[in-house]
Amino acid sequence: MELKPNKKLDIEYILKDLDRYRPRRRGWVWRRGIGEKRQIGKFEYYDMSEPLKDSQPLPAAKYFDNIDPQSKSIITTEIASGRFEDDIRRMRMAAWHGADHLMVIRTAGQSHFDGLIEGTPQGVGGIPITRKQVRAQRKALDLIEDEVGRPINYHSYVSGVAGPEIAVMFAEEGVNGAHQDPQYNVLYRNINMVRSFVDAASAKKSMVWANMAQIDGAHNANATAREAWKVMPELMVQHAINSMFSVKVGMKKENICLSTVPPTAPPAPCMRLDLPYAVALRELFSEYKMRAQMNTKYMESSAREATVTHVLNLLISQLTRAEIQSTITPDEGRNVPWHIYNIEAVDTAKQAFAGMDGLTEMLEIKRDSGELAEKVRELKERAVLFMEEILEVGGYFKAVEEGFFVDSGYYPERNGDGISRKIDGGVGAGTVYERDEDYMAPVTAHFGYNNIEQYDDGAVDNPSKLIGGCTFEDPDKIVYIDELDENDNIYLRLEETEELRNTSKLKPEMEWLGDGIILITLFLPAEERIAEFAALEIGKRLGLQDVEVIHREIMQEAEGTRIELKGRVDFTIDIDELVIPPKPEILTEDEIREDIDKRPMAVVAATIGEDEHSVGLREIIDIKHDGIEKYGIESNYLGTSVPVEKLVDAAIELDADAILASTIISHDDIHYRNMKKLHDLCVEKGIRNNIILVAGGTQVSNELAIENGMDAGFGRGSNGDQVATFLVKKRREMTNES
Amino acid sequence: MKREDDFHKRRKHLADLSEEELEQRFWQLAEKIVDPLIELAEKNTTPSIERSVLLRMGFSSLEAQSIVEGIIDRGLMGKGAGHIVYRLAKDKGMDIREAGLKLVDGDMWDDVVAIFQGGEG
Repeated sequence: MELKPNKKLDIEYILKDLDRYRPRRRGWVWRRGIGEKRQIGKFEYYDMSEPLKDSQPLPAAKYFDNIDPQSKSIITTEIASGRFEDDIRRMRMAAWHGADHLMVIRTAGQSHFDGLIEGTPQGVGGIPITRKQVRAQRKALDLIEDEVGRPINYHSYVSGVAGPEIAVMFAEEGVNGAHQDPQYNVLYRNINMVRSFVDAASAKKSMVWANMAQIDGAHNANATAREAWKVMPELMVQHAINSMFSVKVGMKKENICLSTVPPTAPPAPCMRLDLPYAVALRELFSEYKMRAQMNTKYMESSAREATVTHVLNLLISQLTRAEIQSTITPDEGRNVPWHIYNIEAVDTAKQAFAGMDGLTEMLEIKRDSGELAEKVRELKERAVLFMEEILEVGGYFKAVEEGFFVDSGYYPERNGDGISRKIDGGVGAGTVYERDEDYMAPVTAHFGYNNIEQYDDGAVDNPSKLIGGCTFEDPDKIVYIDELDENDNIYLRLEETEELRNTSKLKPEMEWLGDGIILITLFLPAEERIAEFAALEIGKRLGLQDVEVIHREIMQEAEGTRIELKGRVDFTIDIDELVIPPKPEILTEDEIREDIDKRPMAVVAATIGEDEHSVGLREIIDIKHDGIEKYGIESNYLGTSVPVEKLVDAAIELDADAILASTIISHDDIHYRNMKKLHDLCVEKGIRNNIILVAGGTQVSNELAIENGMDAGFGRGSNGDQVATFLVKKRREMTNES
Repeated sequence: MKREDDFHKRRKHLADLSEEELEQRFWQLAEKIVDPLIELAEKNTTPSIERSVLLRMGFSSLEAQSIVEGIIDRGLMGKGAGHIVYRLAKDKGMDIREAGLKLVDGDMWDDVVAIFQGGEG
């Protein structure tokens, strides 16, 4: 099957024959065509990768031949709706905007689930990662990557107490990347530390077999520590522990990605704090990849504020390096991310990278002297001292027991508020078993001691030979479970939304098909608390359900408050019942110019009658407002309140092709009476057949303007493109007639 | 533990290191921290690791769960779950899946215990 840009993804097709689906490739894929200059549209770019076959460019791209430059960094978006069927649609939208690393967040609580979850149950803040959901999403991404013309990396989490099993399932199912870091389990999930490290080695070995990219968990220390910028020395230690552990398991350094976040945000002078850290980290880990995350620690409910912080984060990526640029949705400070904000975040990265292209050709970091040089050195030394003390106290486990990690002090300073775990405590304590001398596991990619030779000396390098190959060699051996819970699965959810799929019914949504959520932005001239409660009342009176204020921002204490309000509508719109006027046809800028170049055009324009409102007309005419002048149409503006007679005389004198009459005042239908008068006068003077008459104004309708003798009327929202298009087409028509 | 920032005192032995030497030291320390953890992982196993072995041998997650629980109950984790299923199949002339499913059904555990002599190897 092939996706069509104007057709929705068919979830029924995705679910069909899933038991027989096999991933078509394994392993991580980087963007292609990096490290060369390339011409895109009118510009030469330094830092871009191969363009997409099909994509959704930035809004301003229309001024630049609709180019859509794709950064050298892979762009990540994290999706957490809790319903994989809705995640898939969001993935497609994100891929069209330039994301090629699609990360699905796991449902709350999965890390303590001892085993695999199966089926398609709904999750909270993410989906339960099951074989069926993973398979369905990978299958959908196969179609989407063909559509946009770039491989898409699919990613989730190998953590919790079932890490080794999840890693095997991911390897079997062609998942391309995963978070894997035993320190994350220990510090943030309180999983027993011995269990975490033993499991981690096994999980990583399966990831190595599948050539998956690994992302570590160090960035969580930023989000947890009270003063995030003070944990910088520790972050480098955490990165080093997971990286070195992974290398010793057999992972290639090029598949090991450090999850790093600029720790600070404005109003702190964040660049001065974050940049030396970014430089120190990239120098120490020069052989590893950087997965640059955006700051979440200091996010509030303002999407604007978050976006500015994130753009500064992107500047650090551009000035240093980030093979993977993760994005944080600007609404993460107020709710589980919505579709539109995933897209915003991807666009923020794409836009900033395009804008900063080639910046390091002109700017460079003062690496060898001054404040940055000193800071870089100091951070490295602090990290070294941290590791020295880990060894002094007796190693990693002892250091965790003593609360070394996520302490808010700037190491070696210690505030005594670190996270401490006991070696015999936590989830899964007491579940580690020593392997006997005859321990054996007849499978591929098994880490550690494995006494295969007791059965077959010849199988030592290929243990699964003992059983005629395991699922890694023979995927037909995988046992696929479809559903386990008859009360919580995709089929029941699809029944609920059936009315909205493949019918003419339409409902707004932010997360799930048919959730009915809308967002309203408003200003209330009242202080914050009054504004909040007034807004709730407004939402109720608008007929919204579950009304909630999700953002408030003081403009001035007494003068007023900005409010963002969400609520749900419980009705659907039937698109078959909508009256949709045909879309006005617009010629391209080049087409209009060509026409005007060949045959110059002149117009006379004025507001007519007793009407001083000239703003609208100036917008239609002026070059600076993208008016008709920009196409080379000679525009003779006569001013305001011009008598109709004077307008017609000027048109005759200048041999104009058209008269543009603007009128705002509409009481007593004066505007239509003036149109009629204009038409009659042109007839009287014998020029009506040779001149185009156009009327405009906020209260003007095309139909009534024509009824009153005009060739066209342009109402509210019209622009120069539309008027120029009309003039050119009408003149062609008149030329053909004569 | 609370401690003032004594960086300037503590760093004295690092002060004369070149940038390259400092970075080398960083990685040597990382290796020293990690080596015992790797050794631990090589010599031990867990229920999740054993279930992951059974998955690769062609069992479902539910079957793997059941078999590993039976093995823990009988004190045989040190042998390896995959080993137990392999050996049962081999000794009784069954195929791998057939042998594992017997264990899922609660059958043939006595044979397993007999083969592995109660876990004494």
